Amino acid sequence: MTLVNWLLQGGQEILGVLLAPLLMGWVGIWRAWLQNRQAPPLTQPYRQLFKLFHKEVVIAETASPLFRVTPYLLFGCMGLTASLIPMVITDLPLAGAVDVIALVGLLSLARVFLALAAMDVGTAFGSLGARREMLVSFLAEPALLMVFFTIASLNASTSLRFMVTGFAARGFYLYPSLAFAGVAFLMVLLAENGRIPVDNPETHLELTMIHEAMILEYSGRHLALIEWANALKLLIYFSLGFALFLPFGLTDSQRGWGILGALILFLLKLTVMGAGLAVLETVSAKQRLFRVPEYLGTAFLLAVLAILLHYLLGS
Amino acid sequence: MPLLPLDLVGLILTGWSGLGLLGLVLPARLGRCLLFPLIAGLSALMAGAGLWALQGGAQTLVLPIGLPGMPFHLRLDVLSAFFLTLLGLAGSGISAYATGYFRHMAETQPGDFQRLILLYALFLASMGMVLVADDAYFFMVAWESMALSSYFLVTTDHEIPAIREAGFLYLLMAHLGAIALLLCFGLLQSGTGGDYAFATLRHHSLTSFWSSTAFILALIGFGAKAGLLPLHTWLPEAHPAAPSPVSALMSGIMLKMALYGLLRVLFDLLGQPLWWWGALLVGLGSLTALFGVLFAAVQSDIKRLLAWSSVENMGLILSGLGLTLLFHGAGQETVAALALAAVLYHALNHAFFKGLLFLGAGSVLHATAERNMAKLGGLIRVMPWVAGLSLVGALSLAGLPPFNGFVSEWLLLQAYLLRPDLPQPWLNMVLPLGAAVLALVGALAGFAMVKFYGIVFLGQARGLVLSEVQDIGVWERFGMGWMALGCVLLGLFPSSVILQLDTVTHALVGQGLGASAARHGWLWVTPVSANRASYSPLILFAVIGVSVGLTFLGVRRFFHGRWRRAPAWDCGYPFQTARMQDSADGFGQPIKQIFESFFGLSREIPSPFDSHPHYHSEVRDPLWALCYLPLVRGVARLVKWVGVLQQGRISTYLLFSFTTLMALLALVTGSRP
Repeated sequence: MTLVNWLLQGGQEILGVLLAPLLMGWVGIWRAWLQNRQAPPLTQPYRQLFKLFHKEVVIAETASPLFRVTPYLLFGCMGLTASLIPMVITDLPLAGAVDVIALVGLLSLARVFLALAAMDVGTAFGSLGARREMLVSFLAEPALLMVFFTIASLNASTSLRFMVTGFAARGFYLYPSLAFAGVAFLMVLLAENGRIPVDNPETHLELTMIHEAMILEYSGRHLALIEWANALKLLIYFSLGFALFLPFGLTDSQRGWGILGALILFLLKLTVMGAGLAVLETVSAKQRLFRVPEYLGTAFLLAVLAILLHYLLGS
Repeated sequence: MPLLPLDLVGLILTGWSGLGLLGLVLPARLGRCLLFPLIAGLSALMAGAGLWALQGGAQTLVLPIGLPGMPFHLRLDVLSAFFLTLLGLAGSGISAYATGYFRHMAETQPGDFQRLILLYALFLASMGMVLVADDAYFFMVAWESMALSSYFLVTTDHEIPAIREAGFLYLLMAHLGAIALLLCFGLLQSGTGGDYAFATLRHHSLTSFWSSTAFILALIGFGAKAGLLPLHTWLPEAHPAAPSPVSALMSGIMLKMALYGLLRVLFDLLGQPLWWWGALLVGLGSLTALFGVLFAAVQSDIKRLLAWSSVENMGLILSGLGLTLLFHGAGQETVAALALAAVLYHALNHAFFKGLLFLGAGSVLHATAERNMAKLGGLIRVMPWVAGLSLVGALSLAGLPPFNGFVSEWLLLQAYLLRPDLPQPWLNMVLPLGAAVLALVGALAGFAMVKFYGIVFLGQARGLVLSEVQDIGVWERFGMGWMALGCVLLGLFPSSVILQLDTVTHALVGQGLGASAARHGWLWVTPVSANRASYSPLILFAVIGVSVGLTFLGVRRFFHGRWRRAPAWDCGYPFQTARMQDSADGFGQPIKQIFESFFGLSREIPSPFDSHPHYHSEVRDPLWALCYLPLVRGVARLVKWVGVLQQGRISTYLLFSFTTLMALLALVTGSRP
């Protein structure tokens, strides 16, 4: 591992952090277009963050230090996670320290802190949001793990790097187990990012909120960090999906031009899939909260089916 | 003669018992300040002795006490040494905590306190004796004195009827287990003609039928102690009933004695395992884990929640043990060593984080006299020490990196995922389901911990006057700090721990993990190879720190740092009360709804026109109605039949004696040639 690798890793973290609001903006534009609304400019999320960073922070009287630490922790964890996923290059120096299981653990560490911070102030909506978030997560997290296990069994490794290069080395095959895993992953992606069948990111109706209910008490730079971390989370799930299910174009640090090509390809994938997410959200309706366990239970079962299929067919 | 580890262990065990006896004599106040720190010191020494013995081979010792012709055999091998280390490490933190915790009791009930200190010391000593026992007789003596001393500790507050009931249930289950163990040792010994020394049993092989019977008996005997389904019923009753340091000892250490016993019988005494033993253990263990965590998530009593979580963790440990047996039986020693290392690691981790959380719950209970989570809340503001240290325990229990719970779950998942190649193809198919259950259990544990921590420590106080609550004293801080430090260090330096476990896995399954797991230096854990999986908590911890630090500095550098306090917003609703927060029941409601078929739910829901609405919901253990009540009914019926004999007239009894005598005479004369 050379200095170049470390620079590329750092570069990827910065790229992720800077790119994440843009992805949010892009999805927002498409949602507006599809819903016959006038779209906000692509840079709207940046303006929003800028505005929030300059506002004063108002903290509830009952809040403990945990409440103030959480936004930084959340943002730090998400930024770190973004840098661990092979977006452009596969041989990231830090990738060895954190495999997919630890990656899921890292995401859940961030989530647990956010849920605790939501309960910290002691309002009705805060604990409601925390409870619902934990409800979604305890069903989505095992589904996500099972998706990873399927791919880990295919490539005999739980390290993201070897999971990605394993596919690349064998060329393109159709794996039946991957089809199930892919559907399950998509369902988890929608649920974990508070997207439409589970949660509505633009909701203003408190009783249906999940994510928004947790962060009601946040303001100013704290809120900005949380919103940014949320955007990063979407980017993380997208790039995880690309790395595991659409790994073409990824390169290692040895080829200079390859990196540029991979970067362009990555942006292209984001462009297409971001629009795809908006389409998916527009054509589906938000489910009642009581239906969410069924939805996520389906995702979990699909993921378990995927791994069973892998062992049954050996592929 | 040089001092050997076994001598040291023997001295410590004697020391513990002696300190306990001294506690009966010394005045309570002096006893508390002097004896508990000494017990803690001896525990630390025990950990040292254990670590020392982990390096070398086995030593034996025969003590000429006990029954004539049946002396006590002592043996210290690496397996015992590992569990002695666990006992010492966790025991020292808990005992230090106990110094401060029992302050009130020593002053108000000196007599009770003197008894308590004797039992406490005997409890520790008998657990140590279980670990060094090398014959079935001594083992049972130690095992029973462990059960009895802990029974008396559980019933410390025997004025409360519920605690007496819990204690009785515990005693009953402990004895059921002990009977199964006696039969198991009897089977192991049968036909040797020799004594009950483990050395004899070790070289004696049974037919597959009898060894399976012995396995089942051992599973019942040790499973009853470990809380294996369906023998778990006593655990959520007895652990909360005991004073908190005792709960910590029982959950953290005593449950591991059951694991030790299973390991000793399965790997040392019984010989080659059959394949279905492991499959049975994997199934039962996974079921126990799922059952335990679901019930933990819906509890509203803090200590009961933790006790159910102990059921969950023992389930995880036993499923890992089953995995070890499966692979060991199939001759795949690398995976067997990986699973075994995960089991031992998790046992150690559980001792630390569950001990820590029970101590934290004890402090909360002490400061507020309240165990019902629905009446707690907001304690982080008045008990920052307890809240901070408990957070470490809660995050460890939830299995989050970089804390210790994550490492062992990670290792166990790796063992599940390492492509199994068992002779039974259908087992290969079913094992991924075990991994699925493990993933679900881990996520549910996170739910339960957010509930536990969020409701007890965060939010606003629900009816409690926070200004009257005091934080813990120096001894308690030290004890909890010790346990929290253990959680952090075990989480950050996994490869050093795995290296220490190497001798144990070598002794049990003939393969070590250290050579491959620590191949890439002490920073990395690579259970099989770096391409397969690697994890480095220290690097992870460092980069999280750097990342969070950079975020903080960046925000501070580029933007203002102004902030002010204001009343909570809560969407502008001005009339907020603490009762509007989720209660413990409310937080667990989704679990109740989704897994309704697991729970024996009974609900009372008020009608909308009620002037005094009353809501009540109770979760019962369905296994109680499924397994135990029929048993109770059967016994009652049997007793009724036997009751027919009891006439209360002396002539009838004389008739009974006469008939018996005649029958015996007929038997004796009939058998004479």
